[in-house]
Amino acid sequence: MKRIALIGMPNTGKSTFFNRLTGASAKIGNWPGITVELLSAKIMEGSEMVEIVDLPGIYNLHGFSEDEKVARHFIENADLDLLVVIGNASQMDRQLGLVLQLQELNLPMVLLLNMHDEAQQHGIKIDTDRLTSELGTPVTLMSAKYSQGIKQARELIRESLSKEKDSTAKEKDTFTDDVKLETKLDHLMSKCVNVPIELSGGLTDKLDKVLLHPWFGLPLFFLAILLMFEVVYTIGTPLQDGIAWLLNVILESQIAHVIDSFNPVVQSFLIEGIYNGVGTVLSFLPIIVMFFLCMAVVEDSGYLARAAFLMDAFMSKLGLDGRSFVMQLMGFGCNVPALMGTRVMRSRGLRLLTMMIIPFSLCSARLQVFVFLTTAIFSPQAAPLVLFTLYIASFGAAFLTAAIYRNRLPNSEPLLLELPPYRFPTWQQMLLHGWRETWYFIREASGYILLGVVLVWFLTHYPFDAVPASSETLAGKIADVFAPVFEPLGMDKLMTVVLIFGFVAKEIVLGAMAVIYAVDPDNLAGVVANTTTWIQAYSFMLFVLIYTPCLSTVAVLKQESKSWSFTAIAVAWPLFLAWLTSFVFYQAATYLFGS
Amino acid sequence: MTLNLLKSGEVAKITSVTADDALKARINGLGLRIGQEVAVIRRACMGGPLQVRVGHTDILMRPEQADLINLAK
Ligand SMILES: Nc1nc2c(ncn2[C@@H]2O[C@H](COP(=O)(O)OP(=O)(O)OP(=O)(O)O)[C@@H](O)[C@H]2O)c(=O)[nH]1
Repeated sequence: MKRIALIGMPNTGKSTFFNRLTGASAKIGNWPGITVELLSAKIMEGSEMVEIVDLPGIYNLHGFSEDEKVARHFIENADLDLLVVIGNASQMDRQLGLVLQLQELNLPMVLLLNMHDEAQQHGIKIDTDRLTSELGTPVTLMSAKYSQGIKQARELIRESLSKEKDSTAKEKDTFTDDVKLETKLDHLMSKCVNVPIELSGGLTDKLDKVLLHPWFGLPLFFLAILLMFEVVYTIGTPLQDGIAWLLNVILESQIAHVIDSFNPVVQSFLIEGIYNGVGTVLSFLPIIVMFFLCMAVVEDSGYLARAAFLMDAFMSKLGLDGRSFVMQLMGFGCNVPALMGTRVMRSRGLRLLTMMIIPFSLCSARLQVFVFLTTAIFSPQAAPLVLFTLYIASFGAAFLTAAIYRNRLPNSEPLLLELPPYRFPTWQQMLLHGWRETWYFIREASGYILLGVVLVWFLTHYPFDAVPASSETLAGKIADVFAPVFEPLGMDKLMTVVLIFGFVAKEIVLGAMAVIYAVDPDNLAGVVANTTTWIQAYSFMLFVLIYTPCLSTVAVLKQESKSWSFTAIAVAWPLFLAWLTSFVFYQAATYLFGS
Repeated sequence: MTLNLLKSGEVAKITSVTADDALKARINGLGLRIGQEVAVIRRACMGGPLQVRVGHTDILMRPEQADLINLAK
């Protein structure tokens, strides 16, 4: 089998091209450093199987960050039949530098100049024939996003693969002569590329004038985020109500009479355990989907890099940088990829400090819980605002943590980041992105949810002759043990059990609540509202927000930090902070507003 | 004079970069090469980063890094 590697600078569209070639759905984002791991897929090219590997972007073959090392190590050691270099056609002056460096590896190579559409808008002309002969490497223009020139690109790849490997390759030139490369680069630029002088600023410039405004930039940014959640809420909640209602109708009209004759314990297991538990989580799927669709637009727009620009001054005071803030925002989707995204950071202190704060990002699994509780307990007008306060608390906890640990994790990393132009995803990209994240959510969480729901059902119903969820059941006994810890936070026994299970994954929380309160998705909100005060509910939400998000996050913290002691702190500190915050809130609120 | 001292909207040529090899490689990779013309587009408030432009690449960098890039008018 032959093997091809896709390589190029960050944000040149490698993953977009990879998806086009392989039909895969690798994550795409308008942010340099979305791909931090090797992705590979196999396709049939003619009559042959070919493995295609998508590498993290590199600026320089002699780069030093972890993701750059991954890429370099791979091309130097893997047995490669072809290097497919992807470049950005509108930035030839710097993209060609990497091409020249890669040529010194003496591997068969083709050069695909992507984003031809943008280059054309800038009026940039590239003489590909001349470039091909000057470089001695086949070159073609394409637009991976709009599927233009893909056929020619594949043609080039196929041709180059069918050629015999050049066995007489010359010795590796280990002493790269930078000056020689520079001269060659200048020569190529003057002969093959025509860049007109830009007269008027494009759309990106105009948008930047407003969005990066020294005073209005940040308020606009937060307004944009607020708006996004309004959209998610306004469209997602009615859909969620609809699904909950539908599930209830199906239960009553279709399922109830079928299992009527079953043993009561089995009935309870099937309905109160699995159906209600899983159903409740399922009913929140529309909100998750909406949320990921919005995130797809945000991530692809290039606005995240602007957020780094706007927040860097503030973040640097906390020992972090603008990229840490972007990772926090990505963590709103799921903490796991955000933690992996820190690989673009070179300084270990900066990276660990960023990894410390990401788990406070209010991820989609927690969003479910909060949307549920805020709508159940608060008025429709107040609910979105309450949710917004939780986002503020999320940032608050993160910034407090950074302020406390910054001296222990010092960072002197320079900040140099490309600001890509604004881009809007195509519908296809948006749907693919939303679908991929949602599917990931379902795949990762469904096992946990089912297992959690079954376990919670068992604990709250065993022994079977006890009143479900009473203190005679196993769950009741466990809650009794933890009562001294959770009572000062205003948590009753049922909530305590939910929190214990929530440690595994927040996706379980809602399902567990449905099982514990023994109600169907449609009526859960009403029951919870009757048994819980707003102070209790908010204290509960604060705890859920701050303590360990899920076991997967813990696993990734360990995998990325390669340190048990760091992982231990990264788990213990949030637990403590969660307890403290809920305690202070509950006691203060009870004192102020009565219980 | 260094890039950090360049006023917003002004253009100048890069003459040298004073940084260790790793940082130099990164700076170079972003297109900030000797002989290239760079412009400062804007600065964030409160001592925040600069937005600079070389060719069709926009780069965000902190004032500390901009100070490493020497220019001639
Ligand atoms: N205008 C235009 N945009 C494109 C094209 N190809 C990709 N993009 C956009 O460029 C951005 C980066 O694409 P990715 O595929 O994530 O780039 P990458 O090279 O894999 O990036 P890293 O993972 O950071 O190395 C995304 O916003 C894409 O939608 C193209 O041909 N034209």
